[in-house]
Amino acid sequence: MAGSGVRRERVQRRMRWAVLAVAALFFGGPLWAMVVFSTSSPTGVTGATWRQLLDVDALSRTYPSFVEGVRVSAALAVLTVVLMLVLLVPTMTWVRLRLPALRRPMEFLCLLPLIIPAIVLVVGLAPVYAWVTYFFGPSSVWLFFAYTVLVLPYAYRAIDAGLSAIDVRTLAEAARGLGASWPRIFWSVITPNIRTALMSASFLAVALVLGEYTIASLMSRNNLQVGIFQLSQRTPAMSVAVSLAALLLCFLLLVLLTLVGGRRQRRVSAYPVHVEETS
Amino acid sequence: MRTRSVRGATACAVALALVGLAACAPPAKEASGEAKKSSTATSAQAFGGMDALVAAAKKEGTLNVIALPPDWANYGEMISAFQTKYGIKVVSAQPDADSATEISTAKNLKGQGNAPDVFDLGQAVALANTDLYAPYKAQGFDAIPADLKDPDGKWVNDYGGYISIGFDAKKVPAPKSFADLLKPEYKGKVALNGNPTKAGAAFSGVVAAALGNGGSADDVAPGVDYFVKLKEAGNLVPVDPTPATIQSGQTAVVIDWDYNNAGQTKALAGKVNWKTVVPQGAVTGAYYVQAVNKDAPHPAAARLWEEFLYSDEGQNLWLKGGARPVRGEEMAKAGTIDKAAYSALPAVSGTPVFITEEQRAKITDYLNQNWQKEMG
Amino acid sequence: MPTGVVVVQAFLSDAGLPTLDNLRALGGGDILRALLNSVVLSAVTALLGAVFGAVVAYAVSTASPDGALRRVVSAACGVLAQFGGVMLAFAWIATLGLSGLVPTFLRDHLGADVDTSWLYGLRGFVLVYLYFQIPLMVIVFLPSIDGLRPQWREAAESLGGSTWQYWRHVAGPVLAPAFASSALLLFANALSAYATAAALNAQSTFILPLQIGNAIGSEVVLGRQNVAKALALEMVVLVAVIMTAYAWLQRRAERWLG
Repeated sequence: MAGSGVRRERVQRRMRWAVLAVAALFFGGPLWAMVVFSTSSPTGVTGATWRQLLDVDALSRTYPSFVEGVRVSAALAVLTVVLMLVLLVPTMTWVRLRLPALRRPMEFLCLLPLIIPAIVLVVGLAPVYAWVTYFFGPSSVWLFFAYTVLVLPYAYRAIDAGLSAIDVRTLAEAARGLGASWPRIFWSVITPNIRTALMSASFLAVALVLGEYTIASLMSRNNLQVGIFQLSQRTPAMSVAVSLAALLLCFLLLVLLTLVGGRRQRRVSAYPVHVEETS
Repeated sequence: MRTRSVRGATACAVALALVGLAACAPPAKEASGEAKKSSTATSAQAFGGMDALVAAAKKEGTLNVIALPPDWANYGEMISAFQTKYGIKVVSAQPDADSATEISTAKNLKGQGNAPDVFDLGQAVALANTDLYAPYKAQGFDAIPADLKDPDGKWVNDYGGYISIGFDAKKVPAPKSFADLLKPEYKGKVALNGNPTKAGAAFSGVVAAALGNGGSADDVAPGVDYFVKLKEAGNLVPVDPTPATIQSGQTAVVIDWDYNNAGQTKALAGKVNWKTVVPQGAVTGAYYVQAVNKDAPHPAAARLWEEFLYSDEGQNLWLKGGARPVRGEEMAKAGTIDKAAYSALPAVSGTPVFITEEQRAKITDYLNQNWQKEMG
Repeated sequence: MPTGVVVVQAFLSDAGLPTLDNLRALGGGDILRALLNSVVLSAVTALLGAVFGAVVAYAVSTASPDGALRRVVSAACGVLAQFGGVMLAFAWIATLGLSGLVPTFLRDHLGADVDTSWLYGLRGFVLVYLYFQIPLMVIVFLPSIDGLRPQWREAAESLGGSTWQYWRHVAGPVLAPAFASSALLLFANALSAYATAAALNAQSTFILPLQIGNAIGSEVVLGRQNVAKALALEMVVLVAVIMTAYAWLQRRAERWLG
């Protein structure tokens, strides 16, 4: 038995690297073309554009709205993730436990924001935002309502995958039998078990918020991408460099997020053991 | 069964409530005395002279403009000149938007502080939405020819240009006419700025191509045929040209307004030797339209912006960007025009054709029926 | 799900006076062709994206769950899944366009003259769309693959099952529903992608989102805003039909298996 396990591991490792190498080639190619473009000049390779971009002081003086956009987007990312999780996780768990007939309609409902193109969606959002502006003011931060809607399709899929992978009903019933309350089941049993799924959903939410341009722009709000667009009007090389930098920034942020999430998981995983002990 | 119908009823009630919410707008904030006066003023005199207008605009402190790309007709410099002169902050939203989006944004954001104050529109969209504008007559209004303005000042033409061929002189030989672009030297290099059923520049581009190929503004079929030939020869690249595609050589030839191509020359100086030529025997022109949003959140600043645009300074700034300002001829006679910029405009041979509204309707119909079919 | 309902009213509220003209416009030859192209494009990219994405997700899942590889790949996928629009189009044009990196390289070093005008047609769109479809699949499918217990595989092996049998009879059926739902998500994702398509081919409206863009933001042809909404409605109905069919198939499958 051990022999086959070791062999499988070797095969898997080889396959892993082969697959990832092909993927890296496919995904790296266009990115490489962007790097080449942003560093090319009639006289050869130049780092001028990137130096301009790294000069944060000068940048924030000439483009105050860019810096503000970064701040707004950071706030939007956090708010969207929180609202998305608060809305989806309990609802989806509940639907799975108690109202399985509603699963399909709910999935469809969550897909809707994806099917309707953003340019049409704005028309529907406009009257809602007329009220939002009336009550809360015109700050761009309120976009997180709209973004939560946009994230729904992706987040739903990721969380649903996580919930399908564990047997929610059995887990819940077992915990119930042990005398746990619903909030406690939810918090100590379900949530730790769908960690990968929650991470995936949050990833997509963060990436979407940091990458969203159409809605913010059509509603004349400011965010990271709107700021980037203004910056990119300077020179073509700058526009490409700036979008590459934004991709990189977003990537690093997500890696950071996995580190934070990873640490929390180890702390939380003590809970199920704890439940067993109290029994 | 019962729970289901109850659930259904609840869903209906929620949906109805939401539809209701969407249908009625929140109460508008009542305009105070001064703002109300500003938003009904039809000239600087109504404020009590230019100084009073400047004071009222400064008090508002901000101006929202929309769909003004900095490399389009020199708007980048126009905005910064206005900011330094009056100390009013200009917020430039959606610099890449089209005219229809300007109007829909104004409708969507009505009553909100970030709604656009002023519009810069294509002729067709401008004429279709006149009920959204506040009439205002800036200085020099009377001298503008009658067919380039609304008699009440609801809209006024601001600047115009001709369809031109921009090209990278290092990569391709200089074309003189549309026919030249069919040659194999231009394989995979020619782009049209936008889709003629959507963008004004591309629309006029097709009309110009028709003129250059034996057609007229009443018969654009030769123009469509020309682009089909261009496509079949493999010369037409269907991408939307941007400065990035130009610099990387993917669109070494771009058919666009002459002031846009002039803007590229400036933006790409030192990287690409971008030249502009107005094709022989195919001179098609069009004006853009200036209007004030009647629900402008900054009514005085909006009016001051108009005064600035139609001042000699503003007109010369447009000219510097390669656009032909509406007061150009009058200023040339008066000697107030920027002569260097005026003589740097690309040479035009032949009588320019301006499309009338009836012609526009006919061309639109023809393009709607044929462009998609032919271009696939 | 109050937020979901907001979306439903998005296109109910703006209809103004009810009319059938908008819906009648949907019957036009152009639009039907665009619909067909859209379905083909979305289905092909959803299928290819789902298959390749699942393979990558599986490859990643065999690595240690807390390892650096996994962190890097999932973060990269999160970013790339939302990468689109003008920049994505430009990246591909700069790679494969006639004066892009690859054709230039081939011309200069191998003397081969390649025609890459297919990049702006349906085939090119498939390639470009896969650039965001595959990462999206990886990230939504990873949780499902993580749900596969190693014990199942060990159990299969101790009963003498081959790798193929394990996938065919154990992992496959377990993953199938999630795979299909993810493919559906990818389908919808491709169906509505607009900015990338518009930047890649401005001259053609051969897919639905481009038709919508033209109807809603034209400087030339006016008064077609509501046709855009009818088109959006058509897309919603399309997905609804596919979902219903899928639910029906799944029920049938359950009955057969049961």
